[in-house]
Amino acid sequence: MELDPLLLSRLQFAFVVLFHAIFPVFTIGLASYIALLHGLFYKTGNSAWDRLALLWTRVFAVVFGMGVVSGIVMSFQFGTNWSNFSQATSNFLGPVLSYEVLTAFFLEAGFLGVLLFGRHKVPEGAHLFAALMVALGTFISSFWILSANSWMQTPVGYELIDGQFHITSWSDAIFNPSFRYRFAHMVMASFLTGSFVVAGVSAWFLLRKRDVEANKKALSMCLWLLLILAPAQAVVGDFHGINTLEHQPTKVAAMEGNWETESDVPLLLFALPDKAAQSNSLELPIPHLASLILTHDVNGTVPGLESVPRDEQPPVFIVFWSFRIMVGLGLAMIATAVAGLVLRRGGRVYRQPLYLKTLVGMIGAPFVAVLAGWVVTESGRSPWLVYGVMTHAEGLTPSLTGGMALFTLLGYMAVYAVVFIVGIYYLTRVIRHGMLPESDDIHGEVERPKRPLSAAHTPFDDSDMQEAKS
Amino acid sequence: MNLDITLVWAAIIGFGVIMYVLMDGFDLGLGILYPFAPDEASRDIMMNSVAPVWDGNETWLVLGGAGLLGAFPLVYSVFLPALYIGVFLMLAGLIFRGISFEFRFKSQKNRHWWNRAFFGGSVVATFAQGAVVGAYIQGFPVEDKVFVGGPFDWLTPFSVLTGLGLMAGYALLGATWLILKSEGHVQDWAYSITPRLLLGVLAVFALVSLWTPMVSVDVRERWLSQLHLIWIFPILAMACAAALYRAVKQRAEGRPFIMALGLFAFTYLGMIASKWPVIVPPDYTIWDAASAPESQVFLLIGTVFVIPVVLAYTTWSYWVFRGKVRVDDGYH
Ligand code: HDD
Ligand code: HEM
Ligand code: HEM
Repeated sequence: MELDPLLLSRLQFAFVVLFHAIFPVFTIGLASYIALLHGLFYKTGNSAWDRLALLWTRVFAVVFGMGVVSGIVMSFQFGTNWSNFSQATSNFLGPVLSYEVLTAFFLEAGFLGVLLFGRHKVPEGAHLFAALMVALGTFISSFWILSANSWMQTPVGYELIDGQFHITSWSDAIFNPSFRYRFAHMVMASFLTGSFVVAGVSAWFLLRKRDVEANKKALSMCLWLLLILAPAQAVVGDFHGINTLEHQPTKVAAMEGNWETESDVPLLLFALPDKAAQSNSLELPIPHLASLILTHDVNGTVPGLESVPRDEQPPVFIVFWSFRIMVGLGLAMIATAVAGLVLRRGGRVYRQPLYLKTLVGMIGAPFVAVLAGWVVTESGRSPWLVYGVMTHAEGLTPSLTGGMALFTLLGYMAVYAVVFIVGIYYLTRVIRHGMLPESDDIHGEVERPKRPLSAAHTPFDDSDMQEAKS
Repeated sequence: MNLDITLVWAAIIGFGVIMYVLMDGFDLGLGILYPFAPDEASRDIMMNSVAPVWDGNETWLVLGGAGLLGAFPLVYSVFLPALYIGVFLMLAGLIFRGISFEFRFKSQKNRHWWNRAFFGGSVVATFAQGAVVGAYIQGFPVEDKVFVGGPFDWLTPFSVLTGLGLMAGYALLGATWLILKSEGHVQDWAYSITPRLLLGVLAVFALVSLWTPMVSVDVRERWLSQLHLIWIFPILAMACAAALYRAVKQRAEGRPFIMALGLFAFTYLGMIASKWPVIVPPDYTIWDAASAPESQVFLLIGTVFVIPVVLAYTTWSYWVFRGKVRVDDGYH
C-alpha cells in the first residue's frame, strides 16, 4: 500500500493543532478570571474570592502545562512536515511567530512561576501583578498567532519573488482583512469557554451544597458574562462570515452547501452534501434565509461551489456540518444564558436542579464549538495553504516519506492520548477535591510525610474521595 | 547602513541557543539524575528547585525555533526535515517530562510512574539534542536548498557519542545546580557524584575532539590552518573543568555551577569557531541561509527592546526563588 505523505501530514497537523487548541482556548479565559479573582480578594479581603482563586489556579496549572507541551510541538510542525511552506513564508511567519515568543511566551512563563509558587514569597500586590501579566501574555499570544493564521487565509502586503513571499507592508500584512474578525471571535470564544467551565463547576458544587457562598458568587458572575458574550459571539460570527464571503467565497459556499451561484438562497437546516454528484440530498431548507444572513438582503446573490473547478473545492461535507455544529452550539449557549436570567427571579438559578445539571452538561459545548469552528476555517481553506497562492501539496516537505509521516502521526496520537486521559483524570480530582476552608495549605503534598493525617493533603489518585465529600 | 544585520542575527540566535542549553540543561540534567537520588524526599527537592522556572527555560527552545524561521529560514527548513525522527523523539520526551511536573505533585500512589516519565523524558530529549549536535558537525545532503537525505542519516556512531556526551554534560549541570540549591544529605550526594560526571564529560570531550576531524573535512582544515586561534576555547573549557574540580573539593556552593556553565559555554564557542560562518554544513553560510533583509530588520527592532526586558523579569523570578529549597517548600 502506498502511504501518502501529504494526506498523513494534513491529518497530523489537524490532529496536533486541534489538540493544542483545546488548552489555550481554556487558559486564555481562565487566566483573566484568575486575575480578576485575585483583584477582588486584594480589594475586598473576602476569603471566598481567595478560595476560588486557589482552586482555579490549580486547574490552570495543569491545563497550562498541557498547553505548553503541545504548543512546543506546534512550533516544529511547520519545519518537519511543511518545509517548503516554511521556506516560502518565512519572511512573514518567522518574525510574527518570533514576536509571539518574545512578547507573549516569555511573559507568561516568567510570571507563571511566581503565580503558582510565589504566594508566600512575594508581596500580595506583586502576586496580583504576576496574575495580570500571565493573563496579558495569553492575549498577546492570540494576537500574533491569529495574525499569522489570518494572513494565510487572506494574504496581503507582500510580493512574490522566486516563490518567496517578501513583505512590502508590515501593517497591511499583520492587520490583514480577516484578522480583526478572527481575533474578536476567538477571544470571545475563549471567554465563553472559561465562563461555561466555571459556571458548570460551580453548578456541580451547588448541586452538592458545597461552599455555597463562594459558588453562588462565581455562578452569578459567569451568568452575567454569558448573557452578554453568547449573543455578541453570534453577531461577531455573522460579521466574520460576511468578511469571508468577500475574501473566500468558496468557503462560504461550502458552509452553506450551495452549489450554484444564485440569488435568493435558502438556509439549509439539514442536507447531505455530495461532492461527487455536485449536489445535496435530503435538504431541509428555510427560504431566503442564507441570502438574508450573508448579504442582509432577501434576494442577495450567494456564490456557488461550481464557480471553481472541482479540485479547488474544499471538502464540502466536513465544512457544512462543522459549521452547523458550531452555530447550533452557539444558539444553545444563548438559550442557556437567557434561561439563567429568567431563573434569577427568586434565586432559582442556584437551586433548580435541572438548570444546574444543564450547566454541568454545557461544560463540553464551547470546546466542541471551538474545534468545529477551526475545522470550518481550515478545511474550508483547502486546497490552499496560503489562500489562492500556495496549495498544501506545494508546501509539503519534499524528503518526507509516507512511512515517516505515519510513524510520527501514530506517535503523537499515542503520546497525546496518555496526556489527555491522565490530564482529565487529575483535573476532575482537583475539582472534586474542591475548595477547602483553610485555603493556605492545600496542595502541600510534598509536606505529606510530616503531617500524614491532615485532611488537606488528599492525594488525588486515592480511590476513595470521602474526605472531599465530607 | 553599514552594520551587517545578518551578523547581528547570528549573534542573537547564538545567544538564544546557549541560553537554552544552559538553562534547560540543568533541569533536564536533574531529570537524568532522578532515579539515582538517595530517597523520595530528595526527589521532591530536586523537582521543587526547578518547578517555578522550567517553563521559562524551555521557552528559549521555542525562541530558537521561531527565531531561526525568522532570521535563518534555511536552517529551519533543512534541519527539521533532516532530523525528523529525532525531533519527534525530543518532543515526545519533553512532553512527558513537562507534564510530570504537574502530575507528580498531584499524585501519591502513582508517583513512581511520574518519576519514570520525568527520567525517561529527560533522557530521550537530551540524547536527541546531543545527536543533533553530532549531525550538525557531520553536515547534511542538501540540493537546491532542500534536504535530500534519508530519515536516519542523522543517526551515526558519532551522533550517538555526542548524544551520550550531552547526557553526561546536562547531568553535570544538574548536579552542580543541586549543590547550589540543596543542603544536608542531598547536597552531600550531589557533591559526591559531580567529579564522576565531570570525568565522563571530559572523556567524551576528548573522544569527540579526536573524532570530529574524521567526520568533517571542513573542521579538519580549519583546525589545521588556524590552530593558534581555535585552541583558546578548549583551553578555557579545561580551565573551567579544573576550577570545577577544585571548587567541589573545597565544598564551594556556587562556584561548581558557574564553572559548569563556563565549561559548556567555551565548548560551544569552540564548536562555532570551528564551523563559522557555515550554518547549514557543509555548504551554506549564514548569509545564504538568511531571510529577507526587511524581515530581519523588522524583527530586530522589537527584539532589541524586548530581550533586555525578558532578561530582567527572568532574573526577577530566579531572584524570588533564590536560596535553598527545603522539603516543606510546598507547592503554590
Ligand atoms: C488563540 C490562541 C492560540 C492559538 C490559535 C495557538 N496558540 Fe499556541 N498557545 C496559546 C495560544 C494559542 C497560549 C494561550 O498562549 C498558550 C497556551 C498555554 C500556554 O502556555 O500558552 C500557547 C502555548 C504555545 C506554545 C508554548 C509556549 C511556552 O513555552 O510557554 C507554543 C510553542 C505555541 N503555543 C505555538 C503555537 C503554534 C505554532 C500554533 C499554530 C499553529 C498555536 N500555538 C496556536
Ligand atoms: C488553534 C487553532 C487552529 C486550529 C484548531 C487549526 C485547525 C486546522 C485543521 C483542522 C487543519 C486541517 C485542514 C485540512 O487539512 O483540511 C489545519 C490546517 C493547517 N493549519 Fe490550522 N488551525 C489552527 C491555527 C493555525 C494557525 C495559527 C496556523 C498558522 C500560523 C495554522 C496553519 C495551518 C497549516 C499550515 C495547515 C495545513 C496543513 C493541513 O492542511 O493540515 N493553523 N488547521
Ligand atoms: C452563533 C453563531 C456563530 C456564528 C454565526 C459563527 C460564525 C463563524 C464563521 C463564519 C466562521 C468561519 C470564518 C472563516 O474561516 O472565514 C467561524 C469560525 C470559528 N468559530 Fe464561530 N460562529 C458562531 C458561534 C461560535 C461559538 C459559540 C464559538 C465557540 C465558543 C465559535 C468559535 C469559532 C472558532 C474558534 C472559529 C475558527 C477561528 C476563526 O476563523 O475565527 N463560534 N465562526
